[in-house]
Amino acid sequence: MAEQSTHTGIEGGGQASGHVSPAVAYESAKLGIWTFLATEVLLFGGLFTAYIVFRLKFPELFHKDYVHLNRLMGAANTVVLITSSLTVALAIAAIRKGKQKLLKLFLSLTILLAGVFLVIKYFEWTEKFAHGLYPGTDIFFSLYFMMTGLHGLHVLGGMLVLGAMLVMAGRGKFSESYHTPVEISGLYWHFVDLVWIYLFPLFYLIG
Amino acid sequence: MEKGHGAGYGVYVAVFAALLVLTVATVAVSYIDLGLWNVAAALIIASVKASLVALFFMHLKQEGRLVWAFAVVPVLFLVLIIAGTLSDTMFR
Amino acid sequence: MTENTADGKALSGNGRSRGYLEEKGFRSWALTLDHKRIGALYLYTTLFFFLLGGIFALLMRIKLMYPGQQIFSDQTYNVLFTLHGSVMIFLFIIPAIPSGMGNFFIPLLIGARDVAFPRINLASYWIFVAGIIVIMGSLLRPMDTGWTFYTPYSAKTAANVTLLSFGIFLIGMSSILTGLNFIVTIHKLRAPGMTWHRLPLFIWGMYATSIIQVVATPVVGITFLLLAMERLFGVGFFDPAKGGDPLLFQHFFWFYSHPVVYVMILPAMGIISEVIPVFSRKPIFGYKAIAYSSLAIAFIGFFVWGHHMFVSGMSKTASIIFSFLTFFVAVPTAVKVFNWIATMYKGSITFESPMLYALTFIFLFTFGGLTGMFLGALATNIHLHDTYFIVAHFHYTMVGGTVVGFLAGLHYWFPKMTGRMLSEKMARWGWLLTFIGFNVTFLVQFYLGYKGMPRRWAEYPPQYQSLNIVSTVGSWIMAGGILIMVSNFIHGFFRGDPAPSNPWKGLTLEWQTASPPPTENFETIPVVTDWPYAYAKRKTTGDG
Repeated sequence: MAEQSTHTGIEGGGQASGHVSPAVAYESAKLGIWTFLATEVLLFGGLFTAYIVFRLKFPELFHKDYVHLNRLMGAANTVVLITSSLTVALAIAAIRKGKQKLLKLFLSLTILLAGVFLVIKYFEWTEKFAHGLYPGTDIFFSLYFMMTGLHGLHVLGGMLVLGAMLVMAGRGKFSESYHTPVEISGLYWHFVDLVWIYLFPLFYLIG
Repeated sequence: MEKGHGAGYGVYVAVFAALLVLTVATVAVSYIDLGLWNVAAALIIASVKASLVALFFMHLKQEGRLVWAFAVVPVLFLVLIIAGTLSDTMFR
Repeated sequence: MTENTADGKALSGNGRSRGYLEEKGFRSWALTLDHKRIGALYLYTTLFFFLLGGIFALLMRIKLMYPGQQIFSDQTYNVLFTLHGSVMIFLFIIPAIPSGMGNFFIPLLIGARDVAFPRINLASYWIFVAGIIVIMGSLLRPMDTGWTFYTPYSAKTAANVTLLSFGIFLIGMSSILTGLNFIVTIHKLRAPGMTWHRLPLFIWGMYATSIIQVVATPVVGITFLLLAMERLFGVGFFDPAKGGDPLLFQHFFWFYSHPVVYVMILPAMGIISEVIPVFSRKPIFGYKAIAYSSLAIAFIGFFVWGHHMFVSGMSKTASIIFSFLTFFVAVPTAVKVFNWIATMYKGSITFESPMLYALTFIFLFTFGGLTGMFLGALATNIHLHDTYFIVAHFHYTMVGGTVVGFLAGLHYWFPKMTGRMLSEKMARWGWLLTFIGFNVTFLVQFYLGYKGMPRRWAEYPPQYQSLNIVSTVGSWIMAGGILIMVSNFIHGFFRGDPAPSNPWKGLTLEWQTASPPPTENFETIPVVTDWPYAYAKRKTTGDG
């Protein structure tokens, strides 16, 4: 089981201190976040499984209900999240070059876009409620509210994490040589985008 | 460290443009009635978008075998739980 | 195997360094980042729940002596077996070896100073505690669903299932974070020279365990979340009246709960793989086979969850597939058993308490595992499902396997963790009574189940009574054994003889540092040049 990365814990020359080098710390953090994302795949995975089971069981229900979802609002939210993925990727590209102001700018934009996503979601949900469509109305809407709800919670969590990154950036904690937390947060944020990339067509587009 | 490959912003903007195009495409296709092919088209386009995000935004393209394993293996387990559950629900 | 041997910190007699135990005060424990302290916290917590769960069991068995008599109500009995199962599984057996011993010993065994993410480690403990508090809160309206919480009853019962669901979600989060920490630690923090094929087998076992924790636990997390949503918002995924499917709950639940039995057993097997070579003074036989069999068990374990659902109404297609796949998981397990026995062959065996427990493990777990064959086969499963045969099967594997392995580990590592030796005499009496009591309690239950006695029933037809009385008496003998054992631990902790750094003359890295270890684990990180089972090649230097 050879490792691809050259930065493992096995350091030649017998480092006696046992302190973790910055390179190992970075690789560890990266492995850590990918492991966490693996758990998220399985967490959402249960819901995707339920979606498939019920879609196969009640195709007409999905066909009837999905028209209640606003395709354009869903598409707008998709664009919002994709753009936020761009901005966070640009934030990381910026700090890799040591550009503090750009880092803060792109982080702020990402958080702003996340907020926009939640606002659009709020309007979507309240509109459903106004039409008497709730979780529990039927299986389609139960799935819709559960999955977009869990996803929305993750968006909120992402806003908090990115907010913390912005605060730390404001205090000058990041540099060209050290910005691991920003990269980790970025990876999490891209995952949130990934889930929506599948949620959008599954609910809004394929009645 | 292996971080020097973030050469510029250009790649990200290009990927973003592609994602926008694909989003427009998937919405457009949804207005045409292709029966079951709507589902296939939507999922294929979504998977292409997801791959772009994973490969470029999440830097999977530059990562080694270990990170690839951590990224891919969970998806295989997801396929497993879906398959196992469907082996019951679809054959009752 | 190591170039740097431990320095002389392991003094005998008094006035010795207390190592990681030195610093005192609540905050030094509550806010510790030391993996050894976090491991100790988990051990104390899980041991408490082991005893609590045991008390529930004793109460259950008292009622089961006399059918028809109302010592306490049937509803109370339902609560008791639910609590016994839930407490034992979620609050003891899943966290005990991984979060307890794994935390303490993984960094030591791989020659690291701590785990990859010490603060996440601390968080995982407090999330565990938070889950416990929430679960305790739910006891105001205690659950009566059985630890499997099947819908539709769990969605409708007046018991506080919603609160309980959140509690279990938190426990799951703790488990996930621990597994995540261990995976990254094992990949990235190994000492110089410690290649994958020089890792102690406990580490291989823990690595496989951590993969299961990370992949399977989120599914049970979403399951309980959905159960809570069902109760709160009438979501209906599991409710036939709303088009839902109760079996969907079972699929999600068992997708986690079957692999979790391998979370329980793999660390225990890892301990056995450590103990047997030491007390046989022989290299482990088939190192790679044992190492990779851990991964194989973890992998195959994910494919068989439907074997808990054969009589649930699941499709015949699925039943056949799951039954077929179930038989494969025995193969890597058998590989381990044969290799342990081959290790002992022509070895120089001594029977100190860790070895007594290790041998007991092989005997009882093999026996329990073999009874699984009857359960995996569709035809016999129909007769045996939900009978006492199942109860006996999982107690032989979980108690005869995991708990015995855990006790082997406790006896083996007690000197290292505390700096003191246990009383061998008390340990042997504790072992003997536990062993006898366990078998008297559970062996008769195979027969009871075969003869048709259902599980989870407070009352039963009179022809089963005599064996039920035997089983209850067995539970008292076992309780006696455990009492002796716990007294030994308490006595040993305060009054035990000071332990040398290497009382068993082992070759793994934890024995090359003081007992108890200093906070930083090693004065200098050892450079590893050989595998940890090289007993034939060189005499071990340990101070006696």
